[in-house]
Amino acid sequence: MSKHTLSVLVENKPGVLARITALFSRRGFNIDSLAVGVTEHPEISRITIVVNVIEALPLEQVTKQLNKLVNVLKIVELEAGSAVQRELVLVKVRADNETRSQIVEIVQLFRAKTVDVSPEAVTVEATGSSDKLSAMLKMLEPYGIKELVQSGTIAIGRGARSITDRSLRSLDRSA
Amino acid sequence: MTMTEQATGAHPQPRPRSGGQQSAPEHVTGAQSLIRSLEEVGADTVFGIPGGAILPAYDPLMDSTRVRHVLVRHEQGAGHAATGYAQATGKVGVCMATSGPGATNLVTPIADAHMDSVPLVAITGQVASKAIGTDAFQEADIVGITMPVTKHNFLVTKAEDIPRVIAQAFHIASTGRPGPVLVDIAKDALQAKTTFSWPPVMDLPGYRPVTKPHAKQIREAAKLITSAKRPVLYVGGGVLKAHATAELKVLAELTGAPVTTTLMALGAFPDSHELHVGMPGMHGAVTAVTALQKADLIVALGARFDDRVTGKLDSFAPYAKIVHADIDPAEIGKNRAADVPIVGDAREVIADLVQAVQKEHSEGHTGDYSAWWKDLNRWRETYPLGYEQPDNGSLSPQQVIERVGQLAPEGTIFAAGVGQHQMWAAHYIQYEKPATWLNSGGAGTMGYAVPAAMGAKAGAPDRTVWAIDGDGCFQMTNQELTTCALNNIPIKVAIINNGALGMVRQWQTLFYNQRYSNTVLHSGPEADGKQPSAGTRIPDFVKLSEAMGCYAIRCESPDELDKVIEEANSINDRPVVIDFIVHEDAMVWPMVAAGTSNDEVMFARDVRPDFGDNEDD
Repeated sequence: MSKHTLSVLVENKPGVLARITALFSRRGFNIDSLAVGVTEHPEISRITIVVNVIEALPLEQVTKQLNKLVNVLKIVELEAGSAVQRELVLVKVRADNETRSQIVEIVQLFRAKTVDVSPEAVTVEATGSSDKLSAMLKMLEPYGIKELVQSGTIAIGRGARSITDRSLRSLDRSA
Repeated sequence: MTMTEQATGAHPQPRPRSGGQQSAPEHVTGAQSLIRSLEEVGADTVFGIPGGAILPAYDPLMDSTRVRHVLVRHEQGAGHAATGYAQATGKVGVCMATSGPGATNLVTPIADAHMDSVPLVAITGQVASKAIGTDAFQEADIVGITMPVTKHNFLVTKAEDIPRVIAQAFHIASTGRPGPVLVDIAKDALQAKTTFSWPPVMDLPGYRPVTKPHAKQIREAAKLITSAKRPVLYVGGGVLKAHATAELKVLAELTGAPVTTTLMALGAFPDSHELHVGMPGMHGAVTAVTALQKADLIVALGARFDDRVTGKLDSFAPYAKIVHADIDPAEIGKNRAADVPIVGDAREVIADLVQAVQKEHSEGHTGDYSAWWKDLNRWRETYPLGYEQPDNGSLSPQQVIERVGQLAPEGTIFAAGVGQHQMWAAHYIQYEKPATWLNSGGAGTMGYAVPAAMGAKAGAPDRTVWAIDGDGCFQMTNQELTTCALNNIPIKVAIINNGALGMVRQWQTLFYNQRYSNTVLHSGPEADGKQPSAGTRIPDFVKLSEAMGCYAIRCESPDELDKVIEEANSINDRPVVIDFIVHEDAMVWPMVAAGTSNDEVMFARDVRPDFGDNEDD
């Protein structure tokens, strides 16, 4: 089992996400996380998929099948070393007058933020790699995690090059 | 543009660009825009049934002189007819249905066309856009339902989008690896006022099929071909789709390598050619199956290493290097890793391979396959296709099919259903030319034959079209014989009537201790729960066919065989059905049992070919 991060540029049209997720389930590929959002170009959406690949179904099959979808413009694998990968987590931690300051200390250690405080709880916002976030959650766990919500991974390559450049050109040509 | 022109895989329509000359806008309804678009893409025949949501489209369709609509009896028939039309003509097949059940009845033929890469456009009516999602009357999310079984699909809710989407649908269906495209159009889009102008500007930035193969890979492949000792050209349906049969013949004769054509590729290379070693796979010829197993090089052209060809994958062709050429990059390496992957249109790939092999030859590198041919010829002589006559004097199904093939006029198109009769039709009819064999290969859709034959005959009215059907298959889609009778589509149907679901029965004979659970068709269970084997003639196919406007006869004895086939061939003013009552215990051989290795191919029951010890190295 190995994890790969794919950035998939797609046409910003209804139903495209359904086509992609349906393809994953139909072909027996495992999605570890998924994040969808706009890009600097209004006609293009970007889907970041972290896929768990088992030996029998190499990553190549995943990208080739995705590429066949008419609405998919481009697929780039972002390697951990040459890309910035981030997740966002919002977590509601049980807190009272005794534990609140300890929690805030942990939050500061991880350069996270407290975004809401009430007499019984603290809500923490943190971004980072999935390793950093799981380390922070492990520290917070003993205080009691009341609720947790986590985004899929988003990722961007390091350096000046942009993966959207060429896709934009093909969009312009057809317009 | 004339009405006969149409986008095909071989001659893709020039992609309309904003720079092209567009016709002056005409003020029309969405429905008129749809029919005008179909006229412009060259759709001359549409198979369908109207209903509420698609009704607006049927009004202007009535006035079209360029689009013929054939009113079928079931939407499944429309879908398979469009497939048969496409397979026989090389053009895009078109079917039309209303929303809800009309659309869902198209799902089977769409899935069928998807598995066999048939260019098909299915147009469905949808409830009005405001009603979508409300569980309105005859609403079904057909775009969602067909997503996994189409190459692409569209939901149209605005009238102005209709010409662009139709142009895109035909372009996608017919280029690259062909496939079905569904266009679902909301009723209010059909009713709205709009303007029509042609050609529209297509907007498909993510669709760029690669057709031109990579020169370096071609050179690598040519080197392997000329240095191999035991090569096989493994030819799939892609060669037919790419209209590459002439090029294939040149390549085969240039190299002198044996050719095996899959079930989807029968007719891509003449059966009678000395280099042809037969069909591979579960029911393939012993020589073809064994050639692949013993090969040191397999050159796959437009084929996809389907499980019915490879048998148990990890023991398939253990000594072979693989050159895999396909227009769909996802097929390469999907089932079997390729040593030389080539992405491209089969016609361009084979033409380039011919040149590259010629260059190798000119440099003195010619393959020597003489030892290989000695083996191949010995297998061919020892294990030819064959069958035994039943000893009770009844008709042998293989003989019936063989004689239908031998007595058929030149250029006859054969369409088969799915099961034993399909395999016998693959074995015992000689296919010499492309587009003479239509069948449901990937999906294995029973009931394919009659509607597919209807579609083929509608597209190629001057050719004889024979449906070779089983009695099980025939009972699924025979209603389209009424369509044939009323629309001057005189097909011929040979029902290979063994009173059973023969292929399933064969598996019960071989693997389920002759316990014939629910495979007897011509009688119901008796008090003891068992089914008698003697036929009841229910239904009476002769009466049934006569009731649908066909000429129908029954044949039960070998003496009458040629006479009834000749009679059928002489009748061209209406459909003909012959009910051949055949021996029920006939089995399809050779056979590789499911899940076993192709090394275990059985020539006949309990007879495993003996390849000698020295070949098992």
